[in-house]
Amino acid sequence: MSEPLVFHYDIDGEDFISAGQASIQIKKNLRRIGLSPEVIRRVSIAMYEGEINMVIHAKGGTADVLLYEDRIEIILADKGPGISNIEEAMQEGFSTASDTIRSLGFGAGMGLPNMKRYSDKMTIDTTVGVGTTVTMVINIT
Amino acid sequence: MKIKDLKELLDADVLCCEENLSRHLYSACGCDLMSDVLAYVKDQGALLTGLVNPQVVRTAVMMDLVCIVFVRSKLPTEDIVELAKENGIVVLTTDKRLYEACGILYSNGLGVKESK
Repeated sequence: MSEPLVFHYDIDGEDFISAGQASIQIKKNLRRIGLSPEVIRRVSIAMYEGEINMVIHAKGGTADVLLYEDRIEIILADKGPGISNIEEAMQEGFSTASDTIRSLGFGAGMGLPNMKRYSDKMTIDTTVGVGTTVTMVINIT
Repeated sequence: MKIKDLKELLDADVLCCEENLSRHLYSACGCDLMSDVLAYVKDQGALLTGLVNPQVVRTAVMMDLVCIVFVRSKLPTEDIVELAKENGIVVLTTDKRLYEACGILYSNGLGVKESK
C-alpha cells in the first residue's frame, strides 16, 4: 500500500478562543486536494470536536491526519487526565466541562457522540492519569 | 430564500461579505450550543445565535454554513468578523430576539430542512 499523506498539528491547550484553527487548516488542505465536500465536512467536524475536547480537557495535544487512497485517519493524542468511564462519556449530554466552557457554546456532552457520528470507525485508547488517543477513520467512497 | 431576503425580514445590518447576499439559503437553525449545531448537517444554511465568540464562525465554517445572524443587537468583535470574511460567510446583526427571528424566517418559508 502506498504511503499516506500526513498532516501534523500541535494543538495549543492554553486558549479556548483560538481552538479549532487546525481543523480550519485541514479543511483548506483537503479542499485543495479536491476531496468531496461531504468527506471534507465529516473530517473537519470530527476533528474540530476532537480539537475542542483536547483544549477543554487535556491542555492540548497533537493531531495527525493521514490521507490514504481509500480513507482518512485522524489520530488525536493527548496527555490529559484520561477518561475513566468511556461508556458514560459516549452518552449524549454527559459532560464534565466547566460552566465557563458551557457559556462559550460547548461542553454540552455532544463532542464524542458527534465524533462518532461523523466517522465510519472510532476507537478510544485511554489510561487515567496518562492520556487519551482517539482514532477516527472516515472512508473515501 | 436568499440571504438578502433574510436581511430584509429581520431588518438586519450586514457586517461583512455583502457581495454574497444573493446566495440561496435552504435551511436555518437557531442555537447557542455549537455542539448541537455540529450534530446535524444543514444544507447551505444560516445560523442564528446569541453566542458571540470565534467558535461560532469556526462552527459555521465546518458546517459549510453561508450566513451567521447575531440576534439581540449583539455585535461581534473585529476578529470574529475578519474570520467570517476570510471564509466568505455573511455576518448580520439584528435587534430581534432569537425566538422571534426564527419565527419570522420559518413563517416566511425558510424551513429546517428545505431541500434544494
